[in-house]
Amino acid sequence: MGPQHPSTHGVLRLLVQLEGEIVHNVQPHIGYIHSGIEKMAESLSYPQIGHLTDRMDYLSAHMNNEAVALCVENALQIEVPERVKYIRTIMAELTRLASHQLWWCVMGMDMGALTTFFYGLRDREDILDIFEETCGARLTVNYSIPGGLMFDIHPNFQRDVKAFIKKFKTKLPEYDKLLSGNVIFTERTKGVGYLSREDAIAYGVTGPTARASGFACDLRKHQPYSAYSKVNFNEILSDVGDTYARYQVRMQEMWESMSIIEQLIDNIPEGDYAVKMKGVVKLPEGEFYQRVETARGEFGVFITSDGKKNPYRVKFRSPGFSNLFAINHIAKGWKIADLVAIMSTFDLVIPDIDR
Amino acid sequence: MYDFTTLTKSIHESLSSQYSATTTIAIEWTIVGVAYLLFVALFGLFLVYAERKVCAAFQQRLGPMRVGPWGLLQTIADFIKLLMKELVTPKGVDKFLYNLAPFIVIIVSFLVISVIPFAPGLQTFDFDIGIFFVTAVSSVGVIGILLAGWSSNNKYSLIGAMRSGAQIVSYELSVGLSLITMIILAGTMQISGLVEGQREMWFIFKGHIPAFIAFFVFVIAGTAETNRGPFDLAEAESELTAGFHTEYSGIKFAFFFLAEYINLFIVAGMATTVFLGGWMPLHFGDFAGFNQVMDLIPGLVWFFIKVLGVMFLMMWFKWTFPRLRVDQILNLEWKYLLPINLFNILLMAAVVLLGLHF
Repeated sequence: MGPQHPSTHGVLRLLVQLEGEIVHNVQPHIGYIHSGIEKMAESLSYPQIGHLTDRMDYLSAHMNNEAVALCVENALQIEVPERVKYIRTIMAELTRLASHQLWWCVMGMDMGALTTFFYGLRDREDILDIFEETCGARLTVNYSIPGGLMFDIHPNFQRDVKAFIKKFKTKLPEYDKLLSGNVIFTERTKGVGYLSREDAIAYGVTGPTARASGFACDLRKHQPYSAYSKVNFNEILSDVGDTYARYQVRMQEMWESMSIIEQLIDNIPEGDYAVKMKGVVKLPEGEFYQRVETARGEFGVFITSDGKKNPYRVKFRSPGFSNLFAINHIAKGWKIADLVAIMSTFDLVIPDIDR
Repeated sequence: MYDFTTLTKSIHESLSSQYSATTTIAIEWTIVGVAYLLFVALFGLFLVYAERKVCAAFQQRLGPMRVGPWGLLQTIADFIKLLMKELVTPKGVDKFLYNLAPFIVIIVSFLVISVIPFAPGLQTFDFDIGIFFVTAVSSVGVIGILLAGWSSNNKYSLIGAMRSGAQIVSYELSVGLSLITMIILAGTMQISGLVEGQREMWFIFKGHIPAFIAFFVFVIAGTAETNRGPFDLAEAESELTAGFHTEYSGIKFAFFFLAEYINLFIVAGMATTVFLGGWMPLHFGDFAGFNQVMDLIPGLVWFFIKVLGVMFLMMWFKWTFPRLRVDQILNLEWKYLLPINLFNILLMAAVVLLGLHF
């Protein structure tokens, strides 16, 4: 399957060994769109790295930028204003919502229900409009910079976000009506593609994929950053570990994201949207690591600095990469059609894997 | 109600008064052939347009809009594009079978369409064993798909063909058995006889419970036989990219595409003829006044309203349901539909013997 295949959603190649319809072995071959972001980052200044990271997991663009910004801020021991923390959290949750919406519609499409694709895209458009108004970009949102935000929020931001939440609360039950309860859908996902908690941990699977196997790994809860310590939300866990559980975890997460945004949106503190930084950012010598919870799981930024204005070495821990390699373990013994469904619940974004 | 037999008879008489019997037959067959070609081509184009519009409505889009008023000329433009495309033959294919496959698929569709009564007197063949002919001939279509998949020298195509073989052969049973159920009620296999038998009331009402079950099974199995969603395993675009017709381009692909839509029409047409009264207007036993008002609407209109209704139902399935898996599709047939069907035949026989129908 691939590198050009409709259900790999990008240039991913899966070498699938089949016996009739039954999958015996899946070997992911990656590197078709390897972009060398980590290497490029070594010759860029710290604020510039952020402009590359949103091209990696372009559906979690904001969280990737936030991770770089947080990493640099921690290294420099800068405390950003409360306002920045709140806005970053709201933007992150909006990004998560947009990502999960796209995942949902693509999941339906992969299973042959093309209509879901249009439902998801329709609602995602509202979020992208908010992004566009906030920072000019719709997809590769580049809003967080070391020390704060690129700009302050648009005057309409709060109004638009609240309007979106109100609207989406009526649309999300529609998703359930169309797909979640469908007999064919449940038949195809319940009990299919089991991933145990132990295997999830062993393979380094994170994010909703791991939480569906009962692995409590939500960094927003266990290692809060930005404004996550100020909000009440549940870490969605399921101990079933099948394709349906992975589906349900993401569906529930959308409700939680909306709840987080609702708690923050009216309480954004006044103040600066960034701290004053020097023209050239230089990190002290040493190694710095910061991780955040993106829509796909744990995203980590590891920077080795030798005190110059560009990093000595940068390494990203991308969630898609670790998640992908559990696919052979899960898909073995199931059918090709299940492989497609399983791949869908992994919510792969290929540039996130081919860094 | 206007009977087309008067028209066909007058044509036949005027022709035979001028030409010998053989020439008359030859001319008549040419007319019929051209008429079917035109019908299939135009109705096929319309169906593609209709499906795109229906699909767009389900997906909250507009569908074709640009070419012609309301996008009506879009499918014609697409058809011209398909005609002009290069016919690519990939390396290593079995050339003869590869080129033969689309023709088999489309010829089968043409054959079946010939027994469908569009209106009173507007039917080419009226065999004593009409229903038998339909089930027999429509089962040949799977050979075209199997050949296409096998000869394409492509693994996706091969899997698609094998799936299609397993699927269509299985669902033939359900289609056949649900038709047999209705034959028991009608007491005839002749298609004109079937339609005549529904003069007082359509079979779906006349045979009440067993007829309704048979209709339900027929629509499911019919959808599966046409390879449409949620049973479109053979082409399964997200798994097999396009399955058996991955390697076909241009007009050869268009043949498969057209055949799919003719098959859709055939299944809807058979459902209409056998269950919903074909061209027969809605009649209620002795209500002469009501029946006369209904008779004012021509049979052709009745037929197409019903056919389009059933088609809409099948498009509805396609654009809302996810796709089944191959083992589930066979489970559905062998573990559910077939036993239900066999039981339903007994039920129908009992209903007919005891005179429990209306």
